[in-house]
Amino acid sequence: MGKKRVAIVGSGQTLHRSRRPDVNGQELIHEAVQAALSDADLTLADIDAIVIGNMDHFEGINYVDCWSVDGSGGWMKPVIKLTTGGTTGSTLSIGGYHMVASGLFEKVLIIGWEKNSESDTTGAITTAFDPIWDRLVFAGAISGLAVEAQAYMARYGATDRDAARVAVRDRRHACKNPHAQLRQEVTIEQVLASPMLADPIHLLDVCPRTDGACAVIMANEDVAEKLCPTPDWIWGTANRHSYTYLADVNFGALDSMAGAAKELFAKTGIKEPRKQLQVIELYQPYSFAGIIWIEDLGLVPRGKGAEYIWSGATDLGGELPINPSGGVIACNPIGATGLIRCAEVSLQMMGRAGERQVPEVELGLSTGFGGCMWTDMMLHGKRKPE
Amino acid sequence: MTDVELMVIRSVGGGQPFKYAVGEHGSRFFHELKEHRRIVGIKCPKCGKVYVPPRRVCGPCFAEMKEYVEVGPGGRIGTFTILRYAFIDPETGKQKPVPYGYGFIKFDGADTLFQHYIDIEDESRLKIGARVEPVFAPQRQGTIRDIEYFRVVD
Repeated sequence: MGKKRVAIVGSGQTLHRSRRPDVNGQELIHEAVQAALSDADLTLADIDAIVIGNMDHFEGINYVDCWSVDGSGGWMKPVIKLTTGGTTGSTLSIGGYHMVASGLFEKVLIIGWEKNSESDTTGAITTAFDPIWDRLVFAGAISGLAVEAQAYMARYGATDRDAARVAVRDRRHACKNPHAQLRQEVTIEQVLASPMLADPIHLLDVCPRTDGACAVIMANEDVAEKLCPTPDWIWGTANRHSYTYLADVNFGALDSMAGAAKELFAKTGIKEPRKQLQVIELYQPYSFAGIIWIEDLGLVPRGKGAEYIWSGATDLGGELPINPSGGVIACNPIGATGLIRCAEVSLQMMGRAGERQVPEVELGLSTGFGGCMWTDMMLHGKRKPE
Repeated sequence: MTDVELMVIRSVGGGQPFKYAVGEHGSRFFHELKEHRRIVGIKCPKCGKVYVPPRRVCGPCFAEMKEYVEVGPGGRIGTFTILRYAFIDPETGKQKPVPYGYGFIKFDGADTLFQHYIDIEDESRLKIGARVEPVFAPQRQGTIRDIEYFRVVD
């Protein structure tokens, strides 16, 4: 626990679309910032520092901390940039939390954004991998995920039909979220009939690429309850990185998530996550992860992920809804994606998630995932942590 | 969007200006591969794990490694996929030929995997655990392409 307890007091998201030619990067960032300030009923003068990030290689423009200041509100303020690949958005939320928890900053504005339409996403992702050892056969995010899914299927006998059930869930949930880019229900048969991208991943199993931004405002315990009648309290965070070269990964389980979950749950007193959590926004870029990673989280024993998904327990209305927002499969502005998970859980905790609201939430979890098999996690609570 | 006018900014003759060092251990790997068609890994003095490619530090033990170990050249498929969607290869700027077999090979005697192509002439032979062997390039130059691909020998 830091020096000060920290809460989220507001958030904002842009219009998320596959392409936003109506705005440049700075203007897109501005859209999210204005939405968050208005949501928290604050002005820029109230903000003590800014944390911003994206994955530079998607736009081919470095130093967003500098060139976005007019739009971000960073003009003549402390600005820090964080970028950690797919986990950028969730690392931003952890970084902002650290700054406020330290007691050095009272109110911090956190911004994640991406304009994925501005380059070739697979090509850009490939440049994040080792040029000597990793790039010869690598084919972006989908190839790395496909081999994880193959390894899991071989170990536990899961099928692409099991995974399709996860895609059906998330795409159905997305129809209730006005911020989601893709809002269309699909059937299991439609998922299985969609083009095979990399065995066993079909087109409808994976996330799109999106232009969008998200901003979150965090405040310390001295002011949080004055700013927001129902702040979303941060109970703790954890993160893990696990490999040097991609082929070092223990494919078939996400060790970084298992390690982060163990630490986070131990330090926040969570003994039975399945019973104690009421909602999860999982950074789940493809359907198979919805089966594999809930085992790493400790929700169900190894090999039981598919059974739990088929029971309907993770659907809205079930025992533990996962991705009521529709998740990453429905919307994926990569540098913002992890922060959207955080913002969505904060809305759930505040009771402001509209049609996608989970009733009677006390504790919720948001996660981040990077193509480098990294995990970030944040535990959110309705109640102020002890 | 029919009235969109594109502004074109060209980058002419852009080669990659990068000159990467592979280090002492990486050099050893490529030298052995080029000269002797041997695959070299390195063993952690603490946990005994054998890494391919060889590198200086075992992350979990944070220990320096010095003991080279010959592995393979045969092995098994650790995991794999078949890439079927077309994409631009940022290394060449051209469309990558698809489909292709994308394998993570566990060399005999190694504890980590090694990424490379797997022959997909008969897709049904690609299975996790299937035995594979490398097909070496006749003219080797000390690059990852000194292995052309792996083929299933089960």
